[in-house]
Amino acid sequence: MIFRLSPSSGVPLYFQLMEQIKHAVEISALRAGDQLPTIRKMAEDLVMNPNTVLRAYRELEHQGIVELKHGSGAFIRETADGRARVMRKAQGIVESAIERLASLGLTEDEIRRAFDNELAQLSAGKHAGKAKL
Amino acid sequence: MIDGVIETTQLCKTFKGHAALRGLNLRVPEGSIFGFLGRNGAGKTTTIKLLMGLLHADGGSARVFGTPVTVADGAIEIRRRIGFVSEDKELYPYMTVGQVIRFTRPFFPKWRKDLERRYLEMFELPQTRKVADLSKGMRSKLMLLLTMSRGAELLILDEPTDGLDPAATEDVLRELAGITAEGTTVFFSSHQLAEVELIADHIGIIDRGKLIVSGALDDLKARYQRLQVVFADAVHSPAQWVEGVEHVRQDGRMLSILASRNVDEIADQARSLPGSSVERYPVTLKEIFLEHVRSN
Repeated sequence: MIFRLSPSSGVPLYFQLMEQIKHAVEISALRAGDQLPTIRKMAEDLVMNPNTVLRAYRELEHQGIVELKHGSGAFIRETADGRARVMRKAQGIVESAIERLASLGLTEDEIRRAFDNELAQLSAGKHAGKAKL
Repeated sequence: MIDGVIETTQLCKTFKGHAALRGLNLRVPEGSIFGFLGRNGAGKTTTIKLLMGLLHADGGSARVFGTPVTVADGAIEIRRRIGFVSEDKELYPYMTVGQVIRFTRPFFPKWRKDLERRYLEMFELPQTRKVADLSKGMRSKLMLLLTMSRGAELLILDEPTDGLDPAATEDVLRELAGITAEGTTVFFSSHQLAEVELIADHIGIIDRGKLIVSGALDDLKARYQRLQVVFADAVHSPAQWVEGVEHVRQDGRMLSILASRNVDEIADQARSLPGSSVERYPVTLKEIFLEHVRSN
């Protein structure tokens, strides 16, 4: 399992780590019952702050992806697999959306921007439901 | 609120009429890796020397582990629990690497022999060579070995990776991550924003003797955003931007806005301008740093 963080992207590192662990679950690189590296090991491997690793693990626990067992580490939960199936379904939807956008002549960067922008609007709670391209 | 391992209140220091620190309020939480940033001459080294009891403050107070650094006995007690790497990284030049290590070890009851061996190997330090004959990078590594092996509860490091090659820098940062996992607090100054962004969970930016930005790095990154506002025809600006706009730059039909808080409100305000479309981007530590030290 290889995680890679990009500190200068502006996206908080705990969030990047969370996303990558979730992705690993989605593609079944991590399965229910698998143990994540210890906080110290992860911090040293990725050369990042152990508190940041802990924060990522705690958030993942909060989201029901991992279970933190005191003293023995973080494990992928059974329910995470169900989430992974939903994500694979989502992948299909995104795939067809991207195909349609590409058929309109949009480049990869333009598609990415369109997604990012819509998501930013959504998280700002101002999503009017109309695509702005 | 839990007390910080380091806490200063309105700390002031003047050198020959030049105010190096002008009311510094600093708080370093226990167990954190705190990146202390600032331009040359901003007051970083002065702060560190005050914390170590190597200088006396003209005003305000500084506490380390809750003990005022100004009390003579306090300073000694504090220094027992701290590992310190100074900017100049001075060592006894006539001793060999091995001698310096053997000389230093007995001063520290909690000395970590395991770490000493680990660093000797990792840094490839020649034990029989005299300190005077070491390169700058080698001297830095030796200093770090001596500091990180002593089992300190707090490390105060003034530009610890200065003069190290990228591989050694990576080694040092990795070890700092490991040592923090054991509960040590690390307070370090640096000019390398990329390494600070990697390893620090808290940062403080000092400028002209005052702390102008401080907090958890993730919180700062969540709070700060850049908004890019593109106008269909001409650029419009409101009479007054919502509070939180740090900087606005116009480039053709585009406004680039750096916001430090109230980002949603600012985005709403920008969207209400005629013919505008708004996009939001995350910002890097470098952008936050440059914005503040340039505008201050």
